[in-house]
Amino acid sequence: MKLNILKIFRKKVKTISNENKLTINDFPWLSNFLLELGGLSRFTIRFFKELFQKPYEHKEFLKQAYSIGLSTLPLIGITAFIMGLVLTLQSKPVLEGFGAESWLPGMVSVSIVREIGPVITALICAGKIGSGIGAELGSMRVTEQIDAMDVSGTNPMKYLVVTRVLATTFMIPILVFYADIISFYGSFVAVNLNDFISLPLFVNLAFDPLHYYDLIPATIKTFFFGFAIGMVGCYKGYYAENGTEGVGKAANSAVVISSLVIFIIDLIAVQLAELFNFFN
Amino acid sequence: MKSEENISQFLNNETVIEISHLKKSFNGNEVLKDISMVVKKSENVVVLGMSGIGKSVLIKCIVRLINPDEGSLKVFGKEVTLMNSNELNELRTKVGFIFQGNALYDSMTIRENLEFPLRRNKNITDPHDIEELIVDALENVGLLDTIDKMPSELSGGMKKRIGLARTLILKPEIILYDEPTTGLDPITSREISNLIVEIQTKYKASSIIITHDLNCAKITSNRMMILQDGIFIAEGTFDELKNSDDKWVSSYFKID
Repeated sequence: MKLNILKIFRKKVKTISNENKLTINDFPWLSNFLLELGGLSRFTIRFFKELFQKPYEHKEFLKQAYSIGLSTLPLIGITAFIMGLVLTLQSKPVLEGFGAESWLPGMVSVSIVREIGPVITALICAGKIGSGIGAELGSMRVTEQIDAMDVSGTNPMKYLVVTRVLATTFMIPILVFYADIISFYGSFVAVNLNDFISLPLFVNLAFDPLHYYDLIPATIKTFFFGFAIGMVGCYKGYYAENGTEGVGKAANSAVVISSLVIFIIDLIAVQLAELFNFFN
Repeated sequence: MKSEENISQFLNNETVIEISHLKKSFNGNEVLKDISMVVKKSENVVVLGMSGIGKSVLIKCIVRLINPDEGSLKVFGKEVTLMNSNELNELRTKVGFIFQGNALYDSMTIRENLEFPLRRNKNITDPHDIEELIVDALENVGLLDTIDKMPSELSGGMKKRIGLARTLILKPEIILYDEPTTGLDPITSREISNLIVEIQTKYKASSIIITHDLNCAKITSNRMMILQDGIFIAEGTFDELKNSDDKWVSSYFKID
């Protein structure tokens, strides 16, 4: 089987080289990827151009920030609580084996603050907020509401996109902070299921190993997560086409792409944080 | 309803829209091949043509929702294709657009739908003035009782009327109608058509009306143009075109 695929591949390469017509169209996935990347980059540049131009849409920004924050609060609260609880219960037997149970709150807090809290919260928000934005703008696009806004002299990019991207950029860090606190509480509950530890002692043990170089990079990356969620959701929705099918696709790809971007940003952030840590 | 006399009254009027040799293609498919037309002040021009022939593309080019490939497009004597975004926004406050699907903002009440363009374009901040204008616009279309409803609570005909009210609130000098009677029953279609004529009389607005509906065309048109294969193949009054010897033109008016 492998041999056959290799033969077909060699034959294809030979044909292409013989005809000397190797173009980007021979690799549709690559051409689609580059087109998508180019489109998203142009959209991001347009966002920054509109961001600094008057009029500023304060009211719509506050409305979006309120709606994004409030709508996600219960989901993130429940997930964060379970996350803290499960992480503690799973880690406990391992640390018990080393007789290092007292390290449990510290280990959990470092894991939550540095990695699990921001990434899980961002992924939940990509699913809930990113898809919501993609579907909302997509629906507005296919029902010509964005065009109607345009012809009535309102800049839809400013009114719809800038406000939503700013709202996600500023609300995701707040939601991550909220998720971290709830996770700590979940962890505290988990520790107290079998043993007893007072809240002040738990807080002391949890915060003791945390340093500013744990907190700062973790906080900075959440702004980028928020920006990516808003930008990808808006981009996919703003350019949705082909009716209701397009709306579904916009919502779906908003989640998939923003989740992927979150991991890429996380990877870069971890590398930069390590570098930052090294110099300290 | 419309006659030679009606048309002659527009000929002396100023030109508000002047399109010459307009072309537009999508992925190599030439939709508009060579479009030239003139619309006079207070004139209703109906554009008739088969589905997918490029009628909506034509009026979307006028407000630059779609950028034409070639040709000249002047509105109030200014070249639209060369306008920057500020000039374009200024123009768009003078040109109303009625969308085929109404395009009412789903998340806003009818009051907010009408308030939205008003606050942004007319710089009116006094709530009493805004309320007065909204009430006036809704009374004009006979739907004052829907003021606090959501668009989803309205019927198709009511949505069309609200779409008209939202456009009229800015008192546009030109109105572009994209199939204003599509999907409506004959009675509501007639009401909407009569409303278009009322608007023309009351506001002295010029209009381009894109439609398939012959009744709508008969009621609303001062002049009609038939679009076929990317060019206008005929022009005249409803009766002139109906009695045309050309088989293509007369086929549009044929009733089996």
